Amino acid sequence: MTAKIAYDDVEVGTELPAQSFPVTRATLVQYAGASGDFNPIHWNEKFALEVGLPDVIAHGMFTMAEAIRVVTDWTVDPAAVVEYGVRFTKPVVVPNDDKGATIEVSAKVAAKLDDKQVRVDLLAKSDDQKVLGMSRAVVRLA
Amino acid sequence: MALDQSFVGRSYPPTDPYEVGREKIREFAVAVGDANPAYADPQAAKALGHPDVLAPPTFVFAITFKAAGQVIEDPQLGLDYSRVVHGDQKFAYTRPVYAGDRLTVTSTIENIKSLAGNDILDIRGEVHDAAGEHVVTAWTKLVARAADTAAEGA
Repeated sequence: MTAKIAYDDVEVGTELPAQSFPVTRATLVQYAGASGDFNPIHWNEKFALEVGLPDVIAHGMFTMAEAIRVVTDWTVDPAAVVEYGVRFTKPVVVPNDDKGATIEVSAKVAAKLDDKQVRVDLLAKSDDQKVLGMSRAVVRLA
Repeated sequence: MALDQSFVGRSYPPTDPYEVGREKIREFAVAVGDANPAYADPQAAKALGHPDVLAPPTFVFAITFKAAGQVIEDPQLGLDYSRVVHGDQKFAYTRPVYAGDRLTVTSTIENIKSLAGNDILDIRGEVHDAAGEHVVTAWTKLVARAADTAAEGA
């Protein structure tokens, strides 16, 4: 558990490097295979429309996986993440074109806790809409 | 129809062990576009103090959600899965998931609520390794929407 970021070097308000993650239909098919989640709302436009969605949407768990990369790229050691939770507030709509959608993630240290741990609050947006709510990680630093 | 409150607290038998494979971890990391070498290269993982490659933080969901199928498909509970969306997800790790782990999941219904015709179901999945040691707990909130509203979550 050797995070490269030192607890003493961060303050409440310290920003983690923000990142943008592209997601296309091909990304969703690949994630479906890797995760075993073959719900057709993530790859079948006809089905998605029939159940009242605007289009095919990304797996919530895909968005959750992308968002935490802002933390694990920061700490280098992914094991620094000791807690991670999100609320799925809005779907990431993925149109059937070459561009797809983009998930933009920013994060900052929201609290310094005991035991060299910090709480990091994440903000994930797509198409200017917040797609994750209550998105928080507890991270153990060096 | 609202779900039966008497199911709150019910635990389901532990699943058969799921053996975590290095290539499955690699496949997952590639699918989320994550090039962190700790997911793919045992030497890089060892350099960070780990015994083998570790899984990304959300990898274990595939295992806990499959285990939650015991709850979701319990005919006595009677959840209408065609109306279910994923509301919240949380993980608390005692340690990372490693390649070679043999993991079992024990699912428990933590809470059942009915709000404006929606059934809200909280499932806790406790993940243990072959030695019986705790690895991670996953909390999954599922929302079964009232029959006449469109799905919004993911």
